[in-house]
Amino acid sequence: MPINKIVASFDKAVADIPDGATIMIGGFGTVASTPTCLLEALARKGVKNITTVSNTTGFGSDVWKLMGYKFAEDMDILVRNRLVKKAIVAAPVSTIYQNTFEKLLRAGEVEVDMVPQGTLAERIRAAKAGLGGVYVPTGVGTIVEKGKEKKVINGQTYLLELPIQADFALIKAHKGDRWGNLVYRRTSRTFNATMAGAAKVTIAEVDELVELGQLDPEVIVTPGIYVDRVIARPKDVKVDDKPISQEALESQKRYKERGSA
Amino acid sequence: MSDKFKDKFRLDRQTMALRVAREFQDGDCVNLGIGIPVLASNYVPAGREVIFHSENGVLGFGEVHTAGEGDPDFVNAGGQAVTIIPGTCFFDHHESFSIVRGKHLDISVMGGLQVSEKGDLANWLVPERQIGTIGGAMDLAIGAKRLIIAMNHVTKDNQPRIVKKCSYELTALECVKLVVTDIAVIEVTKKGMVLKEYAPTWTPEEVQELSEPKLIVAPDCKEIEL
Repeated sequence: MPINKIVASFDKAVADIPDGATIMIGGFGTVASTPTCLLEALARKGVKNITTVSNTTGFGSDVWKLMGYKFAEDMDILVRNRLVKKAIVAAPVSTIYQNTFEKLLRAGEVEVDMVPQGTLAERIRAAKAGLGGVYVPTGVGTIVEKGKEKKVINGQTYLLELPIQADFALIKAHKGDRWGNLVYRRTSRTFNATMAGAAKVTIAEVDELVELGQLDPEVIVTPGIYVDRVIARPKDVKVDDKPISQEALESQKRYKERGSA
Repeated sequence: MSDKFKDKFRLDRQTMALRVAREFQDGDCVNLGIGIPVLASNYVPAGREVIFHSENGVLGFGEVHTAGEGDPDFVNAGGQAVTIIPGTCFFDHHESFSIVRGKHLDISVMGGLQVSEKGDLANWLVPERQIGTIGGAMDLAIGAKRLIIAMNHVTKDNQPRIVKKCSYELTALECVKLVVTDIAVIEVTKKGMVLKEYAPTWTPEEVQELSEPKLIVAPDCKEIEL
């Protein structure tokens, strides 16, 4: 039987994700690096009480639609549908925009476990590589060191950081084949490649499926062994005509004034 | 703290960025944080080749596209579309922070809220907001060979940001090497904070009045050349 990790629909791709699951969500925070269609499918399924592992908690589709994106959903779709119990995240809130997550956090409706970005990447890699933990120099003397083992190695103080164990990783790649080999585009590689293989099940949303053998073996970034399911995005998508929220319009104005997030 | 300097001249954001960029040496790999630091990429001194790192996974990129242009799959840490240049290299997040934490970067420039006389940095949580974002700040603070902070010298309420001991939540201990403010350039040394430069129309004594710790005035202390 030929190996075939390609699944037929986004709903099927996420069908076995249960309530209470811990789910890694790839990307940096920009929607281009986000597994948008998988998140939409997860929201349709309505999994409850999930713990997410991600770099940001999402900005909401309005912000991205304003910038011209058609695939515009990010983690906010899970947050605003009240599916998230806890977020393990490096950048939970934005300085220019109060996202849904911040509102729920202030209302005590979600929990946050904030992890420095490099430590987040390292803890994900530790899970992927089967390590019991890593000693990292980041966070010593700060709020982050609370409750962690400290160790001095060659005169420098480190904190013991444990692997983040997740049930599923939802990632976005550029091209994939039926073995699950993946390549990415430019800075949309980010946490996607880091998370591939770090959870029990990795599901990759790709721009394009290619025949086995079409990806240059020298440039494959994620070996297929890390990937369990592959699904292609539709080539195009219809953008709904819901009005853009006032908050998103204001945040865009601030973004333009400041020149960056 | 005295507000008698309220109406005095201050360097604007672009000028602070220009002063920061003078620290870039030929061949340096530099990470620029969002805010004033990213502006410094426009002011690399002529004749020096500098490679910029962005924590979302790229080394070597060119200028920022104007709004609406560019490739959504190629952005800097502030989400701005940037240009590919000969030598551009992409990698994943784990690799990106190996570059940061493995002391491979020559310079990291970040914004700040408070810097202490020992070089402790607080820059991720404004106390009034109660909720902040650590993001990559803690890694970038300890990772680069040299950390430069660009920030205003005092808060909006005229409280010093150059302090004896940080009262805000810390980003990292003893990490800051140089502070560029809107009125001064201060080096953090083992002996204490050394005032190297002051803004036009200011005096070292006036800068001291707006700083908590005792500043050591460098023998060659001078006006910032713009």
